[in-house]
Amino acid sequence: MVILLTGLFLGGIYALIAMGLSLQYGVARIMNLASGEMLVAGAFAGFWVYTAFSVSPYVALFFVVPLAFAFNWLIYNWLLLPLVRRAKNRGQLEVDSILATFGMSFVLVGVMLMAFGGSYFSYSWLARPIELLGSNYSQNRVLAFAVAAVICGGLYLLINRTRLGLSIRAVAVDPRAAGLVAIDVKKVAALTFALGGAVAAAGGTLLSTFLTFDASIGVVFTIKALVIVIMGGVGDIRGAIVAALALGLAETLVATLLDPGLTLAAAYLLFILILLFRPQGLFGRSAL
Amino acid sequence: MKRWLMIKKLLPLALAGSMTFLSAAQAAEPILIGAAASKTGPMAGGAAVTYWPNVKLWEHEVNARGGLQMADGSKRPIRIIEYDDRTDPAETIRAVQRLATNDRADFILAPYSTGLALAAAPIFDRYGYPMVNVSTITDQTDTLSARYERIFFTLGKTSVLAAGVVDALVQLREAGEIGNRVALVNVADAFGIELAQAARPALQEKGFEIVFNRSYPLGTQDLTPVMRGAAAARPDAFVAFSYPPDTFALTELAQVENLDVKVFYTAVGTPFPSYKGRFGDAINGVMGVGGVNADSDAFQAYQKRHQEVTGQAPDFWASAVQYASFQVLEQAIEGVGGVDRAAVTDYIKNNTFQTVMGEWRFENQQIRSYWTVGQWQDGEFKGIASEGNLPGAVAPTIKNGWK
Repeated sequence: MVILLTGLFLGGIYALIAMGLSLQYGVARIMNLASGEMLVAGAFAGFWVYTAFSVSPYVALFFVVPLAFAFNWLIYNWLLLPLVRRAKNRGQLEVDSILATFGMSFVLVGVMLMAFGGSYFSYSWLARPIELLGSNYSQNRVLAFAVAAVICGGLYLLINRTRLGLSIRAVAVDPRAAGLVAIDVKKVAALTFALGGAVAAAGGTLLSTFLTFDASIGVVFTIKALVIVIMGGVGDIRGAIVAALALGLAETLVATLLDPGLTLAAAYLLFILILLFRPQGLFGRSAL
Repeated sequence: MKRWLMIKKLLPLALAGSMTFLSAAQAAEPILIGAAASKTGPMAGGAAVTYWPNVKLWEHEVNARGGLQMADGSKRPIRIIEYDDRTDPAETIRAVQRLATNDRADFILAPYSTGLALAAAPIFDRYGYPMVNVSTITDQTDTLSARYERIFFTLGKTSVLAAGVVDALVQLREAGEIGNRVALVNVADAFGIELAQAARPALQEKGFEIVFNRSYPLGTQDLTPVMRGAAAARPDAFVAFSYPPDTFALTELAQVENLDVKVFYTAVGTPFPSYKGRFGDAINGVMGVGGVNADSDAFQAYQKRHQEVTGQAPDFWASAVQYASFQVLEQAIEGVGGVDRAAVTDYIKNNTFQTVMGEWRFENQQIRSYWTVGQWQDGEFKGIASEGNLPGAVAPTIKNGWK
């Protein structure tokens, strides 16, 4: 039970990290290697709000989300749209966007280094125990999980229950066909990319409440998100959520019962197994 | 295939972009000093506390008094050339090579952290540069000193640091404060592994029972299972040979789990000012690696200058030693009166230096007196055990809860 809950809390955070990339890659077809940096930017915002104004870091969400949304929207329209226009096929767009966002990640790391310096950042907020079903958990982790669950749930509803969501899903399935039924593919892709960036930044703010981070830690989360997105199936946020929870559970299980040193091995074993038996990912469709 | 080829071709371009820009300040015939250490990657956080601020402070202090005194009576300022090694040994080697052959640096400061410095050691040797290491902690110091005639070590050996922890535990046990049960965890990286390997037999030899023993990979995001396992084993003492991010995480989790121990030890990161900044008074009684003589005038003056010039406080362990290593280089260059690297190396071997750490003399290319264990007492991290009987050590106390 303890393992289950701890794993769930970890998995919930992973889900949020991966969700942003899942949206960006699944719909806008941009493999955004700077996703982790967006997350770190969100973490810095949480840190700054807490240390400068001594208010709950969650307050940062109110400006982090709109700012990250606007910033990513601009990035898509200025930086990535030219790539989308000139790409002859999906493969080429992927390569181009990987290179462009890879470069962008260096720029973002550099900017954050200049602004905040390279040292470790962390603060204590709600580092108190809360008792659930007979054992202790840190309040900050539990709260982060709850907020992550709300965000994931909201996104799920948005995508499956609204008209915008319908367009998003249509673009994810086939951008060309979506265009034929009067969906403004460019606009939907830009919106989704921006939404993905906002989700990643929000995830960073949540993470900052319990994780020690520095300006260049983003790549760790990019890789984690990448693994989860591919495990879950490209372009399906259900898949990302399930894969993230599975990963969190597997890591906690191994760390508790076997050895913490084997968590990475367990994560990649799970990854390989899924790739072997379901190469398209848990919920993925076969390539079009 | 084509895709990957393209990525491979473009990678170096992207990487070059991340290099630090050189400082443009040009004075009359400055002495060029190369510095290749981490500004990004896992070691960047530690380097930003211990390494880079001291480089800045040293440059500022030397140039503020007009530069280094040369034999012909002139004074030459120093100019620092900085490179980011991205915490990648291959990149460290490349940067040092570049400093030696391309920038023609007169001297090169040793990189930050054990792995990166050891990777660069052969390059320093090949190009004939003296290498005064600080954050390079290994038990191979004797072997390396024999192999490389220009290498120097200042911060100690892993086995001695581990022995310091064991001694502190023995001392408290003899005072009747703690029992025999020890939980031992370590980060699975060169530093943590070496320390744990040294501590395990040393603890057993002194009759301690290791009731919990785990390692975890560098960058583990959730250490809850580790802390929970340790708490379940009901230890009297918790010893973690950890790196800064995990030091912070373990300390927070100990409070969440209300880990009831009489001794709580975490390694790198514990003497950082930000550690206290984060946890406040809860850390009173926490032990950590290193320490300083917090009451010495030399350290207090250094602390003040560090704060004034860099805008941040030094840590309570390697910071002052880092600065002392630069003072060694500075005094050796002035002692020789020039930038002849062979002469400077000989000077370092055969002379005594006045540093913020007190009087230093290298024995077999190593400094034999250094702090091994410190403890947060009344808001200051004080040395409680040292190799070579450094002055200013205080007695260890037990940890009384997390309030």
